[in-house]
Amino acid sequence: MKAAQEIAAQKKNRPLFDVERLRADFPILRQRVHGKPLVYLDNAATTQKPQAVLDAVNRYYTTENSNVHRGIHFLSEQATADYEEARSKVRHFINASNEREIIFVRGTTEGINLVAQSYGRSFLKKGDQIIISAIEHHSNIVPWQILCEQVGAVLRVIPINHDGELVLEEYKRLLNERTKFVSVGHVSNALGTVNPVKEIVALAHRHGAPVLIDGAQAVPHMKVDVQDLDCDFYAFSGHKLFAPTGIGVLYGKSNRLEAMPPYQGGGDMISLVTFEKTHYNVLPYKFEAGTPHVEGVVGLGAAIDYIENIGLDAVSAHEQKLLAYATQALAEIRGLRIIGTAKEKAGVVSFVLEGIHAHDVGTVLDREGIAIRAGHHCAMPVMQRFGVPATARASFALYNKSEEIDFLVKGVHKVMEVLG
Amino acid sequence: MSELGELYQEVILDHNKSPRNFRRIEDANRTARGNNPLCGDQLTLYVKLENDVIKEIGFQGSGCAISKASASLMTTSVEGKTPAEAEALFEKVHKMLTGEVDPKASQNELGKLSVLGGVCNFPVRVKCASLSWHTLRAALKGEGETSTE
Repeated sequence: MKAAQEIAAQKKNRPLFDVERLRADFPILRQRVHGKPLVYLDNAATTQKPQAVLDAVNRYYTTENSNVHRGIHFLSEQATADYEEARSKVRHFINASNEREIIFVRGTTEGINLVAQSYGRSFLKKGDQIIISAIEHHSNIVPWQILCEQVGAVLRVIPINHDGELVLEEYKRLLNERTKFVSVGHVSNALGTVNPVKEIVALAHRHGAPVLIDGAQAVPHMKVDVQDLDCDFYAFSGHKLFAPTGIGVLYGKSNRLEAMPPYQGGGDMISLVTFEKTHYNVLPYKFEAGTPHVEGVVGLGAAIDYIENIGLDAVSAHEQKLLAYATQALAEIRGLRIIGTAKEKAGVVSFVLEGIHAHDVGTVLDREGIAIRAGHHCAMPVMQRFGVPATARASFALYNKSEEIDFLVKGVHKVMEVLG
Repeated sequence: MSELGELYQEVILDHNKSPRNFRRIEDANRTARGNNPLCGDQLTLYVKLENDVIKEIGFQGSGCAISKASASLMTTSVEGKTPAEAEALFEKVHKMLTGEVDPKASQNELGKLSVLGGVCNFPVRVKCASLSWHTLRAALKGEGETSTE
């Protein structure tokens, strides 16, 4: 497959991965910020949108806007077809076995909350244990804490080592017959650690516990195959995958989803309503109450087309090169410490400067046109683990280039000059 | 001076590196904790109020240069003042931070606090600079916790 791609690329006489050509697809990257070219290194927060996605959303509103699944008119048929076609694209993108297992939600956060409330409140009870990890985003901590309060379950946390990797031996020790759910991130947003989720799933299944994977930081950077992972649930957000905000996906194995009650009630999720009893609609509609975010779904479909056309293997290889380059260049700066040094990492470099707060780093870099994230990255327990109040974080996407890392390094020197 | 230079003036960098009154006051009778959830700034303020006068004031915590310098400058400016005087000063400082009044125009009233005038060009940093003042207000009102979010 890869060889065929290379041959095709050679035939067309262009390199396999041409970052400048890709950058041209993203209109926002032409912008100047504070008089400097925009260097966008905050992709773990959200990604920019290619023209193809903007066009898809525009085309939807210009030619198809209508409500889905209910119209008997031309526009509604078109919108419904596009909406369902996007579901099919998502299914193939993560290799789910059936479209019924793809539920559109607002984002990863809503996906996790859906599972915590619908699955959790039905199947967990007092004394049951839920395992998460010390590296989770708040959105994979708080929904479980809420559930624990509701049903009397207990939260258990897999610790991380000094490199920011999960300690699997401790995880094995935490697993027991009371473990009724495991929820872990695929890739850490704060540190970039790639967790061994396949192994985590297999270990949980040995104890009969279902597993949810928070894939928000994984899907834009690596090929995900939910059947290979064998996870019970997988959640991700569109906006981190070059699609609009407000749209995300919850994958669930159909037998799990069938057994779960609806999360929200309303239109579209019913098959028959009387005041005596309501019959719920089949999957996936049972979990899609109300008029959905059609423009978001259409945009997500276009984003998946865009990224698959480039190829996630090529994206992944490009980002790994950027990561290696940035790690080396930043590590050479005196007084800079990289937080998160796992062997398996995605394109995230989190760092602290001696005596300088991350927020000040962010402000000075911003004036250089460089957008990074400064703060606790919605992962306060991770910050506590490393004894820092906050970090500065540069995170990469397919359109970043090594020159931008040179700008970042120069910017960090400027930070030290201003605050030194 | 560039906007960045104005924000990170020498006085601010000095107060950041060696904050004044950076200590816990054991016999404080008013304390409050302030949080800025956006960037994780946290500070605890200790006030010893005697006969309606801020007799002693100190703070501890971690935060960016702006929040730390602002807290340090705040403690040096409200010592010896009544809560009402401190509140009136906060209002003036707040107007300067949000750009409602020109820092140069209020230099006489605000004294060294006017070095924080550069913050008005960085709207996302106003919360950093006002955190300690909000915390002081909470402490004097007897509220234990405040947040700039």
